[in-house]
Amino acid sequence: MWAYILRRVLATIPVMAVVALFVFSLLYLAPGDPAAVIAGDQATPDDVERIRASLGLDRPYLVRFGAWVGDIMSGDLGTSIFTNLPVSTMIAQRVEPTLSLCLLTLVLAVSIAVPMGVVAAWKQGTLVDRAVMGFAVLGFSVPVFVVGYLLAYVFALELDWLPVQGYTPFREGFFPWLENLILPSIALGGVYIALIARITRATMLEVLGQDYIRTARAKGANQAGILFVHALKNAAVPIVTVIGIGLALLIGGAVVTESVFAIPGLGRLTVDAILRRDYPVIQGVVLLFSFVYVLVNLLIDLLYTLFDPRIRY
Amino acid sequence: MRRRPLLLGALAAPLAIHDARAQAARTLRVIPQANLTSLDPIWTTAVVTRNHGFLVYDTLTSEDAEGRVKPQMLEGWTVSDDRLSWRFTLREGLRFHDNAPVRSADCIASIKRWAQRETFGQIAGGAVEEWRALDDRRFEAKLRRPFPLLALALGRGQGPAFILPERLAMTDAATQVREATGSGPFRFLADQWSPGARAVWAKFDGYVPRQEAPDGLAGGKVARVDRVEWNVISDSATAAGAMSNGEQDYWEYAAHDLIPLLRRSREAVVEQRLIHGTYGCLRFNHLHAPFNNPRVRQAVAMAVDQRDYLRAVAGEDPRGWGVMEGVFPAGGPLATDAGADILKTRSVDRARAALRESGYNGERVVLITPSDYPQINALSLVTHDLLRRMGMNVELVASDWGTLVQRRASREPVERGGWSIFHTTGSGDALALPPVHLFLRANGANAWFGWPDDPLIERDRLAFLDAETEAEQQAIARRLNEQAMRTLPYVPLGYYWQPTALNRRVTGAFKVPATVFWNIGKSA
Repeated sequence: MWAYILRRVLATIPVMAVVALFVFSLLYLAPGDPAAVIAGDQATPDDVERIRASLGLDRPYLVRFGAWVGDIMSGDLGTSIFTNLPVSTMIAQRVEPTLSLCLLTLVLAVSIAVPMGVVAAWKQGTLVDRAVMGFAVLGFSVPVFVVGYLLAYVFALELDWLPVQGYTPFREGFFPWLENLILPSIALGGVYIALIARITRATMLEVLGQDYIRTARAKGANQAGILFVHALKNAAVPIVTVIGIGLALLIGGAVVTESVFAIPGLGRLTVDAILRRDYPVIQGVVLLFSFVYVLVNLLIDLLYTLFDPRIRY
Repeated sequence: MRRRPLLLGALAAPLAIHDARAQAARTLRVIPQANLTSLDPIWTTAVVTRNHGFLVYDTLTSEDAEGRVKPQMLEGWTVSDDRLSWRFTLREGLRFHDNAPVRSADCIASIKRWAQRETFGQIAGGAVEEWRALDDRRFEAKLRRPFPLLALALGRGQGPAFILPERLAMTDAATQVREATGSGPFRFLADQWSPGARAVWAKFDGYVPRQEAPDGLAGGKVARVDRVEWNVISDSATAAGAMSNGEQDYWEYAAHDLIPLLRRSREAVVEQRLIHGTYGCLRFNHLHAPFNNPRVRQAVAMAVDQRDYLRAVAGEDPRGWGVMEGVFPAGGPLATDAGADILKTRSVDRARAALRESGYNGERVVLITPSDYPQINALSLVTHDLLRRMGMNVELVASDWGTLVQRRASREPVERGGWSIFHTTGSGDALALPPVHLFLRANGANAWFGWPDDPLIERDRLAFLDAETEAEQQAIARRLNEQAMRTLPYVPLGYYWQPTALNRRVTGAFKVPATVFWNIGKSA
């Protein structure tokens, strides 16, 4: 097991190297010039050139790539072209809101979607099943920003129960933190709930048709025990896989959700950096996202062993 | 904020709520027009950084609401009889936020750095032979030639010479100063800065304001709140919601399409705080066909109806915009529509006929537009429609602003990645004086993007610097307008007002050429 984990962790190194090369090359080739943005309308071409030189953007591709890789190897993600702040500081400022949003969404989604999927499978073909599947279709179809605006309109502007926007750090109290995240988490969780509920239902339908479930029923086991102990545990592997894959959805959706609810997270940092061509920040954030994604996949692989003892690494 | 308690209100101690409310009453929560990404208002000319500059730094002189120059950090100045020597005297008691006194050496270093980057600063710098400190409070400028606009140049709202400590002002103008230490009414709290999310300033207790009432950027800069907090909200619907709910106090650039919603709100009021309108500009590339042909440019100008552009940007309400068929700001001392009959044609049919006679051969026109700037994008879409209706072979290329600013610098023809037309906007303040009127510069290769070449415009632009009387200045402005309407370095598209939304409890907001936060308080 530990050898497997070590192998998988080491395998992230070439993956990250490819991501780094890809991101750097893409940004190098992409149009846009941060020096021109900084210099503004009144600048002469000489002004722009001086700023470009002072930022090191006039150096050849290989020199810049080499310097960047060298910095990363020594644990330095670089410095923002615009703010002059270390990229690691800027990322650190933004990790908590995004992490909070994603974790709360994850908890909310799993705790709603799994029971929904289980119940839909149990009541297959009934009104309950159709209602759950109808919700799933809706969750897939309605964009996050539409749900976000609707929630903000109803619960913040009309009912005046929750704030429209913003983020309160956890250290300032659990309830203020939660107040700011309820609406964004529901908005972001819609797609995720739909995805997990559908997969749970499909997998449970398959499992509920197995011989050991019939045996459990014949033994007189109660319905809840059959559903949540015997069936769900055996259906868990595909569900956990989808939860992991869904993290990519979550990261993508977080960008939109953070904009709609003005949450100062990594999604907004990325968009702002792309619009300004703040290359070191874009590179740093993409590397971080890639690392998180690789790590989540590893965790999911390890979780399989918990749910299915036949799986051994 | 008067939100009904759902979680916090029900569970938090009343004392904590009281403290939070007391602090909120001393904090001005602002939605800025953009994200504050850099702190050095000389290094970058971004408006948001200039606004930060007005909080943190002070200026030697300032413009009042009428555009007249007044002393600010200065006690005053004298000009020698031959007009070749200016002596400036600083007010007593001026201190930087690190408690060091403001000295002549700080002012001279700051002015020299400003003169390397800012347009008016470069012109002023060219007229000055030498800056010399006479003592810690007095300094002198020795001029090569008389330059009557020197005091105005130092304090123009568009790009003033902010005064930094000498140790920071010695930084090369192409390198960003990392520290925001000034002598203005607010201190920047660097440890609370989260770019893209929040920036915070605290009242500077050591600031000594002038005794006069605030008037434009001139007069006393009295901080009436303990903290100014900028909270970046990039989505305008969310910003409107935050204003309607009382979660924010001040929305600098309220979105035009959401103003009716804000006007219905019990929490917010909408005001026209900025005294200058925002002017639209249709810019041609003069280097390549078809717009290297003045008759093609004239044909396009004949099709333009400014009202169509302004409605697209600022809505149907004519109180939100105005037609200005000339190159100088409406209502200003230089405003004129002399020679502007071509802009009063407003006929696509006549434009189409003029285009046929111009020698236009169906050359491809590439119109570049930034889809992330709604106002500029709206101007571009109107032009795209006009050109199509005129029968031009036009291609609309949408990108973001970062890409556009790179592409507009290209002097290549469209086949090699160049461009034919782009649009932009400028504050009326930036267009008020011919020497710094960016769109009017017509010195060929050295002109602004588009590179128009018109020696007559250049001659009069520079002649303005020597004009002694208002009558002389106005005569030059008329000549410039007539010539600009003949050769069309750009097509003026009128102006729109940029309103500001305020919470009803905000007090002391006054008319200004740039967004500043002194004198603004909050009632309980």
